[in-house]
Parts: sequence; C-alpha cells; structure tokens
Amino acid sequence: MTETLYPELPTTRSSPLDPPAELGVLRETEPISRLAFPDGTLGWLVTSHALAREVLADNRFSNRAELQHSPIRAGGKPIPQQPPAKPGMFINMDGQEHAKYRRLLTGQFTVRRMNQLIPRIEAIVRDHLADVRAQGPGVDLVEAFALPVPSMVICELLGVSYEERESFQRNTKALFTLTKEFAEIRAAFERIEDFVADLVRRKHDEPGDDMLTGLIQTGELTDEEVANMGLLLLVAGHETTANMLGIGTLTLLGHPEQLAALKADPSLIDNTVEELMRYLSIVQFGASRVALEDVELGGVTVKAGEPVSISVMAANRDPAKFDRPEEFDIHRPATGHVAFGHGVHQCLGQQLARIEMRVGFNALFREFPDLRLAVPASEVPMRDDMAIYGVHKLPVTFS
Amino acid sequence: MRIEVDPDRCAGSGMCALTDPEVFDQSDDDGTVVLLNPTPTGHEREAREAAHLCPAGAIKVIE
Ligand code: SF4
Repeated sequence: MTETLYPELPTTRSSPLDPPAELGVLRETEPISRLAFPDGTLGWLVTSHALAREVLADNRFSNRAELQHSPIRAGGKPIPQQPPAKPGMFINMDGQEHAKYRRLLTGQFTVRRMNQLIPRIEAIVRDHLADVRAQGPGVDLVEAFALPVPSMVICELLGVSYEERESFQRNTKALFTLTKEFAEIRAAFERIEDFVADLVRRKHDEPGDDMLTGLIQTGELTDEEVANMGLLLLVAGHETTANMLGIGTLTLLGHPEQLAALKADPSLIDNTVEELMRYLSIVQFGASRVALEDVELGGVTVKAGEPVSISVMAANRDPAKFDRPEEFDIHRPATGHVAFGHGVHQCLGQQLARIEMRVGFNALFREFPDLRLAVPASEVPMRDDMAIYGVHKLPVTFS
Repeated sequence: MRIEVDPDRCAGSGMCALTDPEVFDQSDDDGTVVLLNPTPTGHEREAREAAHLCPAGAIKVIE
C-alpha cells in the first residue's frame, strides 16, 4: 500500500454546502491516511463511515484532554497541548471517570423528558418568530431566530437568567473562532468559567427548578464540578443547534422541491432533521481521539500516542453507507449518521437538539410560507473561519 | 429473536427509545436503557436498527 502523507487537514470547500473534495478522494483511496498535525505530530485521518464508527466506539482511543493534538490551527498557529480536564469537564475524560459525570446528567436528557419540553420550546419559537415579523423583510434570521432560540432553551434548563446571555454568547462565539490567537480563545473560556462559577455560588442562596440546582442538590459534587458540567452544557447547547437552524434554513431554501414536500407533509420533519444533520455535518473538523495502545485499524497500525482525526463530514458522505450521498434528500433514511458522534461520548444533548430543530423549522415555514433569501445565495457569509460551520448571517424576506 | 441490554454499558443517548419506544425506554433516574419487550414480535427491524445505532454497544440482538 502506498502511503501518502497529508501535510494538513483539507479544509477548503469548493461549494458552501459540501465538504472539501479532497476528503472524498481520500475516502476512496485511503480511508485511514497519514496526517501531519500542525504541532508536528504524525497521526491519522479517518474519512470512511465504517472506520469513523470503529474508532469512536473503541475505548482504546482516548478523548483525554492532555493527550490530544488539534488538527487545526488558531490564528494560524498550532494549538498548544492542553492540561488534563478540570473536575467535571467530562467530555475530555475516559472510562469510569467520564461515566460517573455523564450518568448524573443522562436522566435529564431522556427522549421522554425532552418531549415534555415541546410546549415550552414551541412558545419560545413563537415569540421569536413574532420578533422576526416585527423586524420585517431584510431581517437577519441568525440574530433574530436561530441563535436566540437554543440559547434561551439552554438558559432555562440550566437556570441562567436570559439577560445574562449576551456575554456568554459573545464568549462562546470567540471559543470557536479559528482566526483568533489561542490566548484570546483561552481568555474567552476563562470568562465563561468565571461566569458559571459565580452562577453556581448564587444557586446555593437562590435554588431554582433547574439543572445546576439539581446537580448541587445531588450532594455528590463539588461546586467546581457542577460549574464545569454546566459550562459544558451551556457552550455545547447553543452554538451547534443555532448553526443547524441557520444553515439548515439556507439548505431548505436552496432545495425548493424538498421544502415543498416538507410543507405539504410536516410529518417529514423528523427525517428532514436527520438528513440536514447528515448532509451538513457542522462540526467541521471533528472528532479527535488518541490511541492508548497499538491498534490495528483499516489495515494499518495506529501506534500508542498517535492522534486520529475523524472527519465527520467525510463519514456522513460515504457512499458505502448512504446512497447518492451528495444529494440532499429528505425522504432518504439518514439515521446512522455520525453528526452527533458515536461511542460513549455521543452527544448528550442530541434529543434536545432534534426537538429544537423539528419545532423550529416547522414553525418557521408555517409562519412564513413564502420565506426567501433577501440577498443572492452567493452573498450569504459562510462560517469557514469557525469550528462549527454555518452562516454568519441569513438575511431573509417574506410578505 | 431475543434482545438483551446492558445498562452498565449504556451511555443514555436515547437512540433506542427514539427508534422504537414500544420496545425500549429510558429510566427517569439515570437515563439508562429499560427493555420493555425482550421478544418484540413485529418489531424485529426496529430492534436491529436500535442495536446498530446504539453508540455504546449496549443492545444485543440474538437471532
Ligand atoms: S441507544 Fe444504547 S446508549 Fe443510548 S440509551 Fe439506548 S442502550 Fe443506552
């Protein structure tokens, strides 16, 4: 087997809704290929659906913070290696340590609990769509709808007063901005840490009917652990869904026959959401793992300590898993995509995200049946510079 | 067909309950899988799908 060394992760897209073409070529020829990481480490890039699932489900691949090497740069420079995860920051832990924290939250995110939130989410969506109408044609749908809806939902769940959202929205955005120097990203992270730590302190005096209070009341956690778990939910809970609402709307508007089918039969929404997740794969440079021991994978040996970058967007366009993967088709069975990851770290908030999208898209197109872009599609600013892909703005018009 | 689940492995993702709520549920305490029907006649396809989708390998289908 000829082994090519890729000097960097392919990131340049030839069209806004498609992954870099190079990833598709790699998936055909070398679904696990040698990749040089920006910090000089030699590792691997996985582009097929089968191998992506294999790595993500295998406990011999670690997600511990201090072992990772980032496949991308911040401000043009390699991202320095990180210290071990702070207590409660379970996304960057393995095994029992990870499971202990995750278990304390999984009961809060069951399918049943999330379904119980539907009326409240519908009300939040309704209020924001009224706002969109009030602002009138030309309104930016990101600012008026896509960002505030998931933001408000996660604020309510955690017990963050919505007035406080502006600072953490700004700081979360900074976290994912790849053009910023790492020091700036770090500083934004620390500001969110301080904010949540303060919030947890206040919850002792003013307990509420929210998840942070609930975590405090388990009596099993230190304040620092509660704060870090809360931080994780706060950061993960709004940028991702917000960007799916934004770029999902752009995608539907760009496929009028699909949108017409959805409008004619709103029960297609469940499938539409899965297909949008698959087709768009907005976590554009994830996921990453590090081998804890030598592992045979797809005909190569990944050596202990080597990082593996798993391209979710390449996996979700794998023709071995999805027929005509380049086509956006809301009728296809799209389940089995890895947009929420796979394995024990699979997104904890995925059922909430699904519901926000289902309620959000259906209400949007019911309220504005003739919704259309207010600018040519080529002028919609895409988030090539962000770790979470999407649109920076989405100016729309309606009658 | 018979289904076995292992709540100790379960990551509480809810893919099973989403795929077939008549066969799988999640506990209110910790979100782990609850098997409602270990021999789900008429739900074989969904059960296989749930086992395939489970991110944590907590569902086994014995044919
Ligand atoms: S799909 Fe698997 S991990 Fe998710 S709740 Fe069901 S059994 Fe648990």
